[in-house]
Amino acid sequence: MSGTLSTPVASRAGTPPSSAMPSAFSLGVSFDRVEKRFGSLLALRGVSLDISAGEFVALLGPNGAGKTTLLRIAAVLSTPTSGQVAFTANESGEAPRGLIGMVGHSTLLYDELTAAENLTFFAQLYDLQDIPARVTQALESCGLASRAGSIVRTFSRGMRQRLAIARALLHGPRLLLLDEPAAGLDRQGLAWFGETLARLRDSGTTVVMSTHARNESLDLATRAISLAGGRVDRDSGPGGDPRPLLAALRSEA
Amino acid sequence: MTTARAAAIVLTKELRMEFRARELLSTTVVFALVVVVLFSFAFDPTAGESRRYGPGLLWIAFLFAGSLMLNPSFAREQSNQTLDALRMAPVSPFAILLGKMLANLIFLGVAEVILVPVFAVLYNISIGGIVGRLALVLVLGTLGLVVTGTVFSAVAAHARMRELLLPLLLLPLLAPLLIAAVEATASLFAEQPALDRAWLAFLGGFDIVFLTASWLLADFLLEE
Repeated sequence: MSGTLSTPVASRAGTPPSSAMPSAFSLGVSFDRVEKRFGSLLALRGVSLDISAGEFVALLGPNGAGKTTLLRIAAVLSTPTSGQVAFTANESGEAPRGLIGMVGHSTLLYDELTAAENLTFFAQLYDLQDIPARVTQALESCGLASRAGSIVRTFSRGMRQRLAIARALLHGPRLLLLDEPAAGLDRQGLAWFGETLARLRDSGTTVVMSTHARNESLDLATRAISLAGGRVDRDSGPGGDPRPLLAALRSEA
Repeated sequence: MTTARAAAIVLTKELRMEFRARELLSTTVVFALVVVVLFSFAFDPTAGESRRYGPGLLWIAFLFAGSLMLNPSFAREQSNQTLDALRMAPVSPFAILLGKMLANLIFLGVAEVILVPVFAVLYNISIGGIVGRLALVLVLGTLGLVVTGTVFSAVAAHARMRELLLPLLLLPLLAPLLIAAVEATASLFAEQPALDRAWLAFLGGFDIVFLTASWLLADFLLEE
């Protein structure tokens, strides 16, 4: 079955947020009848979706809907039990490894290392150029420059989350996967995060963000997809107006 | 990026974390020392008995210390799911394994450098004339222990009972290595020390086989 459904929308007032022109290296991802089974639990039930390069997708749904599983499959961290996942790179033709950034439920950071050491380690793994300058810039960007030499274990939840986001963005991913990225962020952190997402959307980075329906950053989305029971429940579609679906999901939340 | 460079980056990270936390090395050294000292007090061996049983005791201490040390190698990548971040990086899975193997080799090597002189004093075994040959046996034996231990640490990391699982998987598999290392060491502790090349070759073969297997299976080992 096809998982891509038209959304029954109540209204189409206003102008939808436009998809930015995908950058030369944006990465899209398509799922073809993807299933994922964990023992007796079927987490994904034949999900078919095409997420084009440059889209900003809001992925919504109740707990256990399959959002995290779908994101982990998109991040090539998990393989589907059946079905196909394909990546579409514009012009670059590069393999997806190294082009994907992810912020997950965990921080993906080493608590025993300092903020700067964490970022430097990942910058080295991604073979980035001018690492000290990039690390300094990333720390300044997320407001942690003054804590660059502090061990991550000493950070608050919000500071860790900001550093986790900075780590995910460090290598300039073409496809950014965000799983509840705003968790733990304070007002200041949320503002920084919103600005960062807006900049990424404008630069044409493909973003897939799983979050709750009341997250203000969802206003940046160019497409909304709702999962339920491991299936695509509703989809505003590529190029469609996501706001009616988001409004409906907010009212249901 | 080359596998060697990626492994060096992982190795540097492992060393930095360990020398900051000092968890693995201190517990391993203390544990191995306790084993050696307790055996010494319990049996009060003569010089002849030391030559006969000392090599076995020494390698059992290394083996237990190694299984204690190797368990957290991948287990501590689970706490913040940092293994996911490593797997997403554009480096070969074998480079990640290799970096951890080299780190574990250094940690266990440091433990052995501390332990062997203490063992020699407690068991009245002169190692002055055999240092080079003993070092060769220790390096080959420890390499085999570390390679298999790191691989099984990756396998056991996803398991709930990983602290128990690793020794259960590792110790039976290391029995041939233990026999070879003990025999090679015993030939050096004899009254007329002579390196047993057959056992040394066995140790080298063991290392090559398991290193090759870990290279071939690295993708599978680091999968979810």
